[in-house]
Amino acid sequence: MSEQKFIEIEVLRYKPESDEAPHSEVYKVPFTDDMSVLQGAQYIKDNFDGSLTYRWSCRMAICGSCGMMINGVPKLSCETFIRDYYPNRITIEALAHFPIEKDLVVDLSGFIEKLESVQPYIIPAEKRSLDQGEYIQTPAQVQDYMQFTSCINCTLCYAACPQFGLNPDFIGPGAMALLHRYNMDSRDGGAEQRMELVASEEGVFNCSAVGYCSEVCPKHVDPANAVNINKTNAAKDYFLRFLSPKGGAK
Amino acid sequence: MNIYKADVVIVGGGGSGLRAAIAVAQSDPSLKIALVSKVYPMRSHTVSAEGGAAGVKRDDDNYDLHFHDTVGGGDWLCEQDVVEYFVQQAPIELTQLEHWGCPWSRTPEGKVNVRPFGGMKIERTWFAADKSGFHILHTLFQTSIQFPSIKRFDEHFCVDILEEDGRCQGIVAVEMATGEFTMIQGKSVIVATGGAGRIFRESTLGGIVTGDTQGAVFRHGVALRDMEFVQYHPTCMPITGLLFTEACRGEGGYLVNKDGYRYLQDYGLGPIGDKPKNKYMELGPRDRLSQSFYFEMQKGRVFEDPVLGKHVHLDLRHLGKERLHERLPLICEMAETFLGIDPATQPIPVRPAVHYTMGGIATDNKCETTLRGLYAIGECSNVGLHGANRLGSNSLTELVVFGKLAGDEAAKTAKSVGFGNTDSLHKQAEAIEKRVTAFKAQTGGKERVATIRKEMVQTMEDGCGIYRVHDTMQTTCDKLAELRERFKNVELDDKSSVWNTDWLTAIELDYQLDVAQAIAYSAINRKESRGAHQRLDGYEQRDDVNFLKHSDAFYVQGALPRIQYADVKITKSQPAARVYGAAGEKADAERKASHV
Repeated sequence: MSEQKFIEIEVLRYKPESDEAPHSEVYKVPFTDDMSVLQGAQYIKDNFDGSLTYRWSCRMAICGSCGMMINGVPKLSCETFIRDYYPNRITIEALAHFPIEKDLVVDLSGFIEKLESVQPYIIPAEKRSLDQGEYIQTPAQVQDYMQFTSCINCTLCYAACPQFGLNPDFIGPGAMALLHRYNMDSRDGGAEQRMELVASEEGVFNCSAVGYCSEVCPKHVDPANAVNINKTNAAKDYFLRFLSPKGGAK
Repeated sequence: MNIYKADVVIVGGGGSGLRAAIAVAQSDPSLKIALVSKVYPMRSHTVSAEGGAAGVKRDDDNYDLHFHDTVGGGDWLCEQDVVEYFVQQAPIELTQLEHWGCPWSRTPEGKVNVRPFGGMKIERTWFAADKSGFHILHTLFQTSIQFPSIKRFDEHFCVDILEEDGRCQGIVAVEMATGEFTMIQGKSVIVATGGAGRIFRESTLGGIVTGDTQGAVFRHGVALRDMEFVQYHPTCMPITGLLFTEACRGEGGYLVNKDGYRYLQDYGLGPIGDKPKNKYMELGPRDRLSQSFYFEMQKGRVFEDPVLGKHVHLDLRHLGKERLHERLPLICEMAETFLGIDPATQPIPVRPAVHYTMGGIATDNKCETTLRGLYAIGECSNVGLHGANRLGSNSLTELVVFGKLAGDEAAKTAKSVGFGNTDSLHKQAEAIEKRVTAFKAQTGGKERVATIRKEMVQTMEDGCGIYRVHDTMQTTCDKLAELRERFKNVELDDKSSVWNTDWLTAIELDYQLDVAQAIAYSAINRKESRGAHQRLDGYEQRDDVNFLKHSDAFYVQGALPRIQYADVKITKSQPAARVYGAAGEKADAERKASHV
């Protein structure tokens, strides 16, 4: 049996009922090489302090719950491994740019409102009844939007986005990727309806094209690309409104 | 305490809860719906389902074949009228998901494609790569957003249900971010809170799959049915239990022991053909595959590793990189991230882990429980679909088929009854608040929630594993009684109001201990072997004379659960030998011949 290894985990703690401001606490956690940072947090909660609070569930990077800043980088803690930091200290903090509710839990209500605002559902281009069967959609047509369906709503891209940090009203990368997912779906005819939001004050033109959102995305959704395409679309739409006698464009 | 009134209250925002909410909203937009979930709906555990959803699709398939696969797969403990309804509704509901945007994988012509799955005679599993549950859940959640009558209570924890005049009339929930209580009064209530697999140690499941709401309903006198049937999925990551989907085998993966031998041929699943054949070898049902692992382990033919422990290999190398990345991208990602393995060049170490609870809140064939106005759907329920062993890809379909049915039924009920007496319900709700808040006030105890939970999950694994014997089951029963006692001495570290997960897990654990007892006592009393309940102590055979019955566990305050038995509904499939591989094919031919 090899010797037990320990890692120092520094956690940004905040209990709103008793703390005036967030502060750090350091825990010395025994670990094995298969342990994730999430498991490190669980070890602290189960053995040292049951009040440590964080969101988690699936442990397999698909539910999107366990995002946190790990040594300053937004990551899913379930697929980030302690061994990759050892022997150095690991610092974990709540996701940047969101208000902290307690310890590692942030207020996501703003993000959820944004997600709801993009009309993230099929607005049928052509109605079809169930007994007519499925819509025909070729593998190539699926590829047009498939990448943008992979978003797990983990909000790491918001923690990475400097513009969201400056303007919390910015619709942001994740919600924009979702909007784009429906626009690109051959079954959908709602792009025009969604354009108002794309071009609005909260819309794509807030983006300063840093691209860090795509870099931290654990599912390779490339939200920066979705934002970019919609900048072009919104600009086109804007000019076409001037040019078209009907005052609108598809 | 806040008071909110809704026509239909739904607890649980996973696949079935969302489908039910949409059904209510579509059936009558004037009905108010409260959708309560302890996580944001898209975090629900439906998200982790990988392989796909079963529904007749191909021309060479039919309802009857899906029916017989399901009933035989369930070792004849299925309610056959329920299965008949299910197989007929399945393609309709899966098409509905398509209309709502679910990105099902397609054939080159643009139609929905299907893949083979364990225990299924014909390819009928609709899939969205290997993230089917993820796509179904997000599709349903996003679709639900367009209905203004659905009022969500996200990150609200249901602590109990309310019952008066023999009817379920609402729930009590805690807002996790504040610790505030809300009574949500309703005319009908649907429970859709998922399974109880986290009562076991090594599982594929997310941390939220706790089974606590089953415990709450149990205490209100509703039976937990067939709780002894716990599914071990054969291909899980050692230690973490993370799942490698059955689709790995559907796509043609092999299971091999340390000698490189495809051992399933020794357990009535062979012979090996030159290509994968439905219901043969790796495409056998989950219970049989997990049981085969157990015997390979007894024979010393599995790999042993100081870190990973005992395991076998899931070999996907012959499928080639391209197909793996197209059909099983999540599996490739997980193997790489968690094990540092590229499945295109290395086999994946796997072993069985707890994956699904076939048992649950007993309902009739319309999803209603014996407590009028209370419905249960999805993994938390037992409508009688899966019997003693669930076939992979039937449960995702279950979510939408019975979500829709329960939504329609609950809406009808809500329109036929009025609201109960708010004042007296409020008094009940206050008593509930007092009871669960008392955990926080408790001081001087030496027990920790985490310790008791750890001992519970270990004893459940020891006593209610893949194979069971009386003595270890009795040890588990005794241990649970001890833990029940020790739970009284829990003292929490966190006594605050905001986001107190220490407290919420204590409430969960209190209910989980009851559910664990329901499982253990149902198991020790079933003196036969059937599906996922296998004994090695003189009850190795199925016993249709005494046990072609559902076990119903009833809560008895301060005492052990009472186990009763109920008849199984048989319509067109009389119990027969449950065989796969060549023997299965022979039995199918005989069944067909006797029908002409």
